[in-house]
Parts: sequence; structure tokens; C-alpha cells
Amino acid sequence: MDFQDNQNLIDNKEEKLLEPVVIAPQTIIAPRHPMSGKGGELILEVKNLTVSFGEEKVVDNLSFSLKKGENVAIMGPNGAGKTVLLKALLDILPYRGEIKWSEGVKISYVPQKILPEKNLPLSVEEFFKMKKAGREQAKEALASVGITDERFLKKMIGTISSGQLQRVLVAWGLIGNPNVLLFDEPTAGIDIGGEETIFNLLNKIEKERNLSIILVTHDMSVVYGFADSVLCLNKKLICYGSPSEALGSEGLKKLYGEGVTFYKHEH
Amino acid sequence: MNTSYYISFITAIFIGGVAGYVGSLMATKKMSLVGDVLSHIALPGIGLGLLYGINISLGALASLILGIVLIWTLSLKTELSMESLVGVVFVLSLAVGFLITPEDELLHALFGNISAVAMTDAVAAVFVSIIVFIAARIIYSKMMLAYVSEDLALASGVKINKYNLIYLFLIAAVVAFGIKVGGTLLTSAMIIVPAAVARNMSRNMRQYSWLSIMIGIASAIAGFAVFPFLAERFGLSVVAIGPIIILASIVFFAVSLLFKKR
Repeated sequence: MDFQDNQNLIDNKEEKLLEPVVIAPQTIIAPRHPMSGKGGELILEVKNLTVSFGEEKVVDNLSFSLKKGENVAIMGPNGAGKTVLLKALLDILPYRGEIKWSEGVKISYVPQKILPEKNLPLSVEEFFKMKKAGREQAKEALASVGITDERFLKKMIGTISSGQLQRVLVAWGLIGNPNVLLFDEPTAGIDIGGEETIFNLLNKIEKERNLSIILVTHDMSVVYGFADSVLCLNKKLICYGSPSEALGSEGLKKLYGEGVTFYKHEH
Repeated sequence: MNTSYYISFITAIFIGGVAGYVGSLMATKKMSLVGDVLSHIALPGIGLGLLYGINISLGALASLILGIVLIWTLSLKTELSMESLVGVVFVLSLAVGFLITPEDELLHALFGNISAVAMTDAVAAVFVSIIVFIAARIIYSKMMLAYVSEDLALASGVKINKYNLIYLFLIAAVVAFGIKVGGTLLTSAMIIVPAAVARNMSRNMRQYSWLSIMIGIASAIAGFAVFPFLAERFGLSVVAIGPIIILASIVFFAVSLLFKKR
């Protein structure tokens, strides 16, 4: 019943979204390389995807496609099926319809949150070993997320801070050199520590490793600064396109209902 | 100290060690209760074994496997949680087992009778312990990953259901061949307590799994070491060794509490 727990976490997040979302001018970043139009190799094709829990359709007849190197942000209110969509893409939930990843694609998943017990007898190093990553690989992956202290490997996974845990999960996802990363709410209320934001981290990783990132997020600055396209989901596909197209205030209204305004400060 | 004493001793050591090891995997949420009551499902098999003169370990094994398959099938076919199904099958087994088991044997079935361990039992116990140890070692890190995060495990291609089922069968094997040491009631303690001790004292998985084995073995040794003194003092029969082994492990647990929280 982990899924319901996730939904509860999302609920908490989204309470806030019912208030007007305001982004301070300095955090607005010009859209990165806007979708370079037609062409480009497809890495993922989703056709008529439907996921049902019993009678209820949680994801309803969804179709979209993803080009290589493209970063997609998935947005939507609680219970919209975002996490379910990621799980279907990972093929860990039964679904109807078609999900076609291009050949040779290596997918990694960074879950929303894990809550290891404080006294769980598992060191960070052993956690990496579970993905068949040796000490050196673990060190390298941790360095990519800004953890360079070697003693960190010996720490118990339940005792590190939630920010560090988030970094560890990202590093864990990088093991095996995936070319697609699926992130479930990488920002979920977590201060990852230091000056760095999860947004810088994603940007850095994406440049270093040249991968496509699909992420569920509510952080507008991440959407504008990072995503090439936005997929708004509320069981059905509500909008899909570049952030400025998809998230005009009409788009947001459609997604979250009336009363939501997104003040985008132009420069 | 005759041969049969040493045979029981070796059996207790091997079963103690491997019970501790599989018990350390019982950290898994769903599995803890399931594994805990699983040993009681052995009772009808033991009863039948006693009635018809079949080796009670084989009877217990058959009964356990039947119970696990029943629980498994029902949990896949119905929406019921594994916990409640185990609960139902557990009381069913207990009731049926009580009716079947000859009354004068009931106490031994419930608490074990280590003096009944024959040479063939010991050989089987050692052999099964080694097989179970190897199998558990293979699935160990995958089970742990599933414990940390089921989603991560699934996304990494771990078939959680399959591993859980294998795990239940491993426990069944340990219970079936450890039944003469601790009976249906106390064998589960041999599985649970050493891991609880190890968890208090270890900082990583390696320490944890090895400590679980060692505490299991140490409890068996301590039980046999203390027994002669207690036997002399209180006039206990050999049957008491099983419960004394469990008490020894509880002493280790109490000590481990002092080491807890660094």
C-alpha cells in the first residue's frame, strides 16, 4: 500500500498549489533550448495507456511521445495518476495500451521518498552494492551528486538527513549509466543542503551524462528552467507542450480548476 | 553424555545458526507476522506423523508447504491481506493439530523434544541447514532492497512475490527440521530472537546477518552448557534443553539492549 502513502504525500504538497503560485523574479529562468521542433529520434512512445485499480481508471487513454534527450515535467493535482504513470512506464504496474521504449534504452527510477528506519542495519555502501555497484562506482555516483566524503559510505542509511538521502537516491539511480531517469517529485519538500538546489543538480547531471529526464514536479522554477515540455495530467491528458504553451493560465485552470493563477514575471 | 546428546547438540547448533540467518530477513514488513506464526502451521503434520509413525519433520514439512500454498493462493485470488489469511490458517492448523495429536505427545509437539533427535534427523538437519543458508544468501540482498523500497526493488527487476514465496519455503524447511529442538511454539523464537539481538548491535547488513547466525549458534551452545546445572538443581529432563536455548537467546537480547543506541 505504498502507493497510497505516496498519494498522501502528494496531497500535502498540493494543498499549497490551490493558492496562487508566485515565483520571485530572480528564480525565473528563460526556457532552455525550446523543443527543437520536428525531427529527433523518439525514445518513448505511449499509446492509449490506461491503468485501472479495480473499476477506477487512474490513467485514462493517455498518448504522448518523447524525443531523445528531451526532459519532461509531469504535473497534475493529487490523485491525477502521476506516480501511477511513472510506475506504468517502469513496467511495475499492469496496464492496457502500449508503452514502447526505443531499443537499448536503460531506465532508472528515483522514487518519491523512502523512509528507512533509523536502526536499519544497512550502510550506504551496501545500499549501492544492491545494485551491483562496487565501492568505486558508488564513490563516483556520489561525487556526481556532490557527496565526496568517503566516510559517508560507512554511514547507516537510516541516519543520514533527508536531503542526503535524496542525493543518495539520485546517485543510486545513476548507477549503470541509464539514458533515461524517472524522478518522482525530486523536490518533494526537501532541502538538499548547501547552496545547491535540486534544479542545479538535475542540470549538472543531465549535462554530464546526456540523459532524458522524466520528472513529476510541482516546482514551477524547475518546470520553466529545466523541462523542454510539460505533460499535464488529470487522469486524462490535459495539456502537452512547451512550458509556456502548456502552462498559460488557461492550462493551469484546466488542470487545477479555477482560482489558480500563475504569475509569470517577464523580463 | 552419550552419543544421542551430541547428536542433539549438533542439530541444535546448525538449526540455531540457520534459523537466526533466515530470521534476519524477517525484517521485511509483511513477512514478520507471517513467519512468526508459520511454525504453528506445522502442528497437524506433526500430529499425523505421530499417529502413523512417520518422521514428524516430514509431516511438519508437508503441513507447512500445504499451509503456505493455501495462504499464497488465497492471497492472490482474494483481496485479503496476507496477514489475515495467515491468521486464519494458523488457528485452523492449531485446532486441527490439537485434535489430531495424541494427547500425551502434545507437549512435545508444542515445545519440542530434543532427546527424540535420531542420527537421521541430525544428518537431515545439517544438510537442510546448509541448503537453506545458501539459498537465503542468494536472495538476501534482493529481499533487503525490497524492504528498503518495494518500488526500487520492482524497478530493478526484483520479483518480490517470487522471493517472498521462496523465503517462506526456506522458513518452512528450518521449522520442519528444527521442530524436535523447539516444537512449534519455540522454533519461531529461534527465528525471531537472534535477529532482534543482532539488530540492536549492528551498523550494517554484513554485521547484522553474521551476528544473527552467531547469536543463534551461541544460544544453542549456551543452552546445552547451562542445562546440566539446571537439570541437577531442578531435576529437569532433557526435553527442557529447547526452552533453555530460547531463554539463553533472551538473555542475549537483554544484554544487547545495553549496547543499543550508540
